[in-house]
Amino acid sequence: MLGVLKAIKTTISTALRKPVTVEYPSTKKELPHRSRGLPVLLWDFDVEEPFCTGCQVCARYCPVDCMTMTMKDNPLYAEGKSKRKKIVDKFYIDYARCMRCDICVEVCNFDAIVMNNTWEGVELSRYDRHDLVLDVDQLMDQSKSGELKDPFREPMGVAHSGWTPKVRSEEEKEAVAAKEESGEE
Amino acid sequence: MATEYSVTPGKDLETIDINVNVGPQHPATHGVFRMVLTVDGEQVVDVDPIIGYMHRGAEKLSENCDYRQAIGYQDRTDYLAQFNTELCYVQAVEKLAGIEPPERAEYIRVILAELNRIASHYMFMGAFGTDIGVFGTAFMYTFRDREIIQDLFEEITGERMMYAYFRAGGVAWDVPEDFRERCREVLSAVRKGIGDIDGLMTDNEVIIARCRGVSPVTPEDAINWGLTGPMLRATGLEHDVRRAEPYCIYDRFEFDIPTGIQGDVYDRYLVRLEEMRQSVRIVEQALEGMPEGPIMAEGLKRTLRLPEGEVYMRNETPRGEYGIYLISKGGDKPYRLKIRSPAFSNLSALRAMSIGSYVADTIVTLGSIDIVLCEVDR
Repeated sequence: MLGVLKAIKTTISTALRKPVTVEYPSTKKELPHRSRGLPVLLWDFDVEEPFCTGCQVCARYCPVDCMTMTMKDNPLYAEGKSKRKKIVDKFYIDYARCMRCDICVEVCNFDAIVMNNTWEGVELSRYDRHDLVLDVDQLMDQSKSGELKDPFREPMGVAHSGWTPKVRSEEEKEAVAAKEESGEE
Repeated sequence: MATEYSVTPGKDLETIDINVNVGPQHPATHGVFRMVLTVDGEQVVDVDPIIGYMHRGAEKLSENCDYRQAIGYQDRTDYLAQFNTELCYVQAVEKLAGIEPPERAEYIRVILAELNRIASHYMFMGAFGTDIGVFGTAFMYTFRDREIIQDLFEEITGERMMYAYFRAGGVAWDVPEDFRERCREVLSAVRKGIGDIDGLMTDNEVIIARCRGVSPVTPEDAINWGLTGPMLRATGLEHDVRRAEPYCIYDRFEFDIPTGIQGDVYDRYLVRLEEMRQSVRIVEQALEGMPEGPIMAEGLKRTLRLPEGEVYMRNETPRGEYGIYLISKGGDKPYRLKIRSPAFSNLSALRAMSIGSYVADTIVTLGSIDIVLCEVDR
């Protein structure tokens, strides 16, 4: 009998605590910065083109073969605006196959692909599973519209490949900031 | 006036055994597991466990992946103790390749593996509460507390379930700066949560009446059947891979190995509850000793190539001794990868444990094994 009373005491003390649940669709918990949703491509605002060159390294390392892409000659390179000789032409990711292992982000040499850390990268109900195969425009949409503000891309490949990520120097940062300011004005 | 029967059951009246099918989709079977019970009235005469519904060929899949890609598949074998299974795999690779992970990475691994053990045992407590009868309160409490640990894992790795965070040679990226404080917060919540379960279940007469003396196992039988983990320790044998064959840096920490006396369902519950307390102790010590420094061994290629050889690595996961046997014939893929799954070995004792007991007790016995079907079927 004493044990049962002890159990009732526990339930009463728990009932007096604050609830921990949230009303999900109306209230959404903030996702952590490192949240790994499904992979999306990044948009280079400096030259108005994608970072991705379609080099296929992510497709080669993908354990589930969920992505395919092709590359083409970059028209902006011919005009002298861009440094990329080649640029992505078509890019498909089958979200139904992706297992979110983060390998594509790790191996990418151009910082072109990241895991989506917004709610958009997690909520993926579709009426047809074929809608889960996204093309290059849909993959770029998040980054292009500015919704994907602060993607997480830790330089984790460093030790693996002996390659260091490109970091902007202080001067370059200032130049970019000045350019942005002048653009706003 | 007492009722007079014209026939005595079992003597004059002929009775036959009936086959009762449980599963594959049944809430008590923790996934897709089927057993055919042969019952004589309420008594179980025979149990025929049928597994394989969840078979994905995890071993073969891992053989077709290189050593980095296969880490993602290790999460999917034991989906309640992903860090532990990942740890076993990367350690097997490290042992064969002769890679020495840095100190900080080892500490991070131990902390996460132990927190994962707590989360897994939380899951057991909750599911166990529902298995022994309609006792859903424990389920709600444990899931509330497990969520706190899951949140911490999500902050570190980015995923809630399939972390893919450990690498051969270290961990993928460093933990956040407020890692120590967050861990301490989680630990205080865990202590409170353990207190809740303790108060709700341990001394509860209903639970004791339901679990005491159900499917007792002797130490000799436990060894013969190949039981490991809490199932083995509940019989009174003090065997824990973390102590018997210390891997990682477990030899630096002080912790006790809880054991039971009778080896019945209630003892298994008590052992797991005490293990959670011991895990808290280990995490506390590891947090104090965690140094600064690199998190990845230096000089590794992007695609790891192992020398020829073979290695067996065993780890203590929440379910028991999890082993990985890896054969390499050179190159970036293993020639053979064999997983020794503790839940599979423990489940094979189900038949011997439940013959002669009641139908309802069989469900309790099955719940006390703490099976994860993904790991049983691989």
